[in-house]
Amino acid sequence: MSYIPIADQTDEMHDPHTFIAKYVWSQDHKVIAIQYGTVAVAVGLVALVLSALMRLQLGFPDSFAFIDPAEYYQYVTMHGMIMVVYLLTALFLGGFGNYLIPLQIGARDMVFPFLNMLSFWFYLVSVIILMASFFIPGGPTGAGWTLYPPQAITAGTPGADGGIMLMLASLAVFIIAFTMGGLNYVTTVLQARTHGMTLMRMPLSVWGIFVATILGLFAFPALFVSAVMMTFDNMLGTSFFMPAMVSLGETLDHTGGGPVLFQHLFWFFGHPEVYIVALPAFGLVSDVLSCHARKNIFGYRMMVWAIVAIGGLSFIVWAHHMYVSGMNPYFGFFFAFTTLIIAVPTAIKVYNWVLTLWEGNIRLTVPMLFACGFIFTFVHGGLTGIFLGNVTVDLPLSDTYFVIAHFHMVMGVSPVMVLFAALYHWFPKMSGKMFNVTLGKIHFWATFFGTYAIYLPMHYLGFLGVPRRYYSMGTTDFIPESANTLNANITMAAIWVAVFQLVFIFNMIWSVWRGKKSDPNPWEATTLEWQTPDNPPCHGNWGAELPTVYRWAYEYSVPGVVDDFVPQNIPAKDVKTVDGSPYIGHED
Amino acid sequence: MAFVVSIVLLVIISIALQLFTPWWLQPIASNWSGIDATIDITMWVTGFVFVAVNLFLAYCVYRYRYDKNRRANYEPENKKLEVWLTGFTAIGVAALLTPGLFVWASFVNVPEDAVKVEVVGQQWQWAFRYPGADGVLGTADTAYVSPRNPLGVNPNDPFGQDDLVVEDKEMHLLMNQNVQLLLRSKDVLHDYTVAPFRVKMDMVPGSVSYMWLEPTLAGSYDILCEEHCGLGHFIMRGTVFVDEQADYDAWIAAQTTFAETQAVAEGNAQAGQANYAICSACHGVNGEGNLALNAPKLAGQEDWYLRQQIRYYKSGVRGTHPDDVYGAQMAPMAATLVNDAVINNVIAYIGTLPDNAAPETVTGDLANGADLYNSTCGTCHGDDGSGIWSLHAPALAGMTDWYLVRQLQNFKSGVRGAHPQDQQGYQMTAMVSALEGDEAINDVVAYINTLR
Repeated sequence: MSYIPIADQTDEMHDPHTFIAKYVWSQDHKVIAIQYGTVAVAVGLVALVLSALMRLQLGFPDSFAFIDPAEYYQYVTMHGMIMVVYLLTALFLGGFGNYLIPLQIGARDMVFPFLNMLSFWFYLVSVIILMASFFIPGGPTGAGWTLYPPQAITAGTPGADGGIMLMLASLAVFIIAFTMGGLNYVTTVLQARTHGMTLMRMPLSVWGIFVATILGLFAFPALFVSAVMMTFDNMLGTSFFMPAMVSLGETLDHTGGGPVLFQHLFWFFGHPEVYIVALPAFGLVSDVLSCHARKNIFGYRMMVWAIVAIGGLSFIVWAHHMYVSGMNPYFGFFFAFTTLIIAVPTAIKVYNWVLTLWEGNIRLTVPMLFACGFIFTFVHGGLTGIFLGNVTVDLPLSDTYFVIAHFHMVMGVSPVMVLFAALYHWFPKMSGKMFNVTLGKIHFWATFFGTYAIYLPMHYLGFLGVPRRYYSMGTTDFIPESANTLNANITMAAIWVAVFQLVFIFNMIWSVWRGKKSDPNPWEATTLEWQTPDNPPCHGNWGAELPTVYRWAYEYSVPGVVDDFVPQNIPAKDVKTVDGSPYIGHED
Repeated sequence: MAFVVSIVLLVIISIALQLFTPWWLQPIASNWSGIDATIDITMWVTGFVFVAVNLFLAYCVYRYRYDKNRRANYEPENKKLEVWLTGFTAIGVAALLTPGLFVWASFVNVPEDAVKVEVVGQQWQWAFRYPGADGVLGTADTAYVSPRNPLGVNPNDPFGQDDLVVEDKEMHLLMNQNVQLLLRSKDVLHDYTVAPFRVKMDMVPGSVSYMWLEPTLAGSYDILCEEHCGLGHFIMRGTVFVDEQADYDAWIAAQTTFAETQAVAEGNAQAGQANYAICSACHGVNGEGNLALNAPKLAGQEDWYLRQQIRYYKSGVRGTHPDDVYGAQMAPMAATLVNDAVINNVIAYIGTLPDNAAPETVTGDLANGADLYNSTCGTCHGDDGSGIWSLHAPALAGMTDWYLVRQLQNFKSGVRGAHPQDQQGYQMTAMVSALEGDEAINDVVAYINTLR
């Protein structure tokens, strides 16, 4: 790469001089990343509390009179939407995307720093709008995070008067924020890579974030238009999604709309959204595994193509969420076929992760514990996806606790394990301090065992036929007392996991404040962000001169080389070999 | 080491839970054993992969733990291995998918001999329609929905006249007979699920979806709604009975046709006045109620509700619980209304009585009462407490408040609402759990007093 149009131009630096410019209205990608991350974690804690309340009701249905059915449905809805969109999407892309893209590709910043700043502030506004719905009459929407009409905007659902409107408005603003950030990430990856950083030398973190962002740019518009159309149905009386119906005894004015149309639009967004969360997780965990196993990621090229293939396929599988939606059942053949195809590149990724560990030299650090824990939870969650993706098996299991257990394992626990792996892994770079290892390990063990205790037994409630989104089961002729006991125990495990997240929060805050100073490259990693002249990196990242990249990101344990890692930016002539012979590295 | 042991342990626990789980698919009651077989195949294959990958993970973490005197192996790619793994996975996935698609093909194609039965969903109740003697269901549309025609059957369609309208949460199916369920909704999305049948399908307003099955095991099974349909989603319950021929025929014969439901004459208030005399002894000449005699106010109550409750007293759905002292007094009184015509006449007469708000006897915390009412009661009974016919929620505002308190207590203690044929009783017993203690009940009733 000889053409570095923007990053090299020193007049593009915009060095901030005041506190406000540096930490509030900042255009520095690192500050924006931390702003995104902090807001995402804060709003995630709200969702965590909501899930604990919801679990209290489910575990002990007669004991908490202050949780009434309306509130229960509001907790369920807000928990789901916050976790999927406002925590996971924002933290992976707004947080890690912002932090890592420029640092890992050797750029000084995003190519559009001002737009990047706007992206964060729009995100914050979307969060404020969403939180505001807790304080309006009627409260937030209780339509379930899928927001299916007609129910979402008719009187029988909590929050159908104001809550749903704020939800849709918040989503629209979020999507605007995402689009500003997303265009930036894609352009930066394509345009601002430093000398020698070819696409096939990029760390998998960048690949995952890059492809996920492209998915988001195509997928979010479907959600945006459905939010606009539903707003019209509700406020202007159009009938995009609203058929003729008798709502609570009153005939409504709508006629001819298609509720299933909304589901198609929603899942055309919703399924890629799974991979908008998963692909960055795949990328980040690959880098963590490789570094701490002191071994190159196994089959890098295959890993890149698997990310791209999964990203492409994710757009033609959406209706597997709708096998029993009342759409034409013949669609089931097509979508079951495409869905199970995705299992192949996904399985390749899993094989390559464990093969990366094979013959490695594994340092079981805190980030590595979370990364290995991720492999376990992801294998579990991925395999249960084969049950649900296979249209026939979905018939008894859809809308039961099996679904809840599946998507929490694959899209809740697994990405969160990666988030923790990544947060611990890059914390020394972001803060310049080292976290407390003992607290980190306590956090891992509590989270890993706790989450499995929540979700493993939940699958069996699903086999039994316990439906999801039930405020209480009441009397049935098929749910034995043991299942209620199990539900209570699941709640205990959930509370346990929630409480132990405080250990993580405390560790982060305490370590930023009082932690030991960290080495610039404590994990002895090869990628560029660990090679910055300052730790944490200053504005502009690289001092006077941009780094030059000579090889791929996974040059660990090369035979004959003195150190067990060779950073991407060290020229071959400077690499010390044991016998003094010239170093020949990985050919890409 | 701790990690390695943990992984092995979790794998063992997972296998043990699968082998010895007390929670598993209920005994199948339909022809869809192919679904169970597909689940079994999937469980075996995925279980194998789960165990293999995770034990390999544990092995690697143990065998290749950090040793500063050792180097990791340097192996960027291994094309051959990758191709093998890809091919192996593709074959495994195909093996999982294929049997499932065969089962799906038979699910999608309904046998020609299948009898059609309509299931109608609404917030938060089930209703059913069976083709009459002609074997054909008449057309229906939400535009025809009215209190007299709750399913919206087309009154001009000759095929619909003999349809059996079952406005009841119980339906019956004939064992070993293929049945196609035509699923329709009057308002929002619902989902017809009977777990032992294995199959389920959403009901979409504006269109008719379907599924078919052959019931194979006699018994009664819960019908649950499994698509979120609003506040009362979790109390939308029904029961399906799989019957032998004789039981089925008897049940069918007892149902009323659409034409019959339309032919019932309007009540005659004048004729009803005479029959009301016996009621007036307790409920008062003007139906105003009498606390001393434990008789609630009747004037102003909705006619369908009075009709339903009189029928419940007559058939033993209400007034038979051993602790229902006042219900036991009402039951023989209801029995004096000998047939539907008489009931309709009495109710028509009650409709002519002056509706004056009953005196207030209950006090409580109005703010708390308003919160409770609006979040829990108002959705069905209306924000103004005037009742909503389509939800079978009676009027509350202006009715005798001490009676409301007593009924809420009865629902809470199970004195009322526990009878399996009490349509909305179950829903009330579930909703009153949000009212904790007598104070909350007084608060909510005190608030209802402000709605008159």
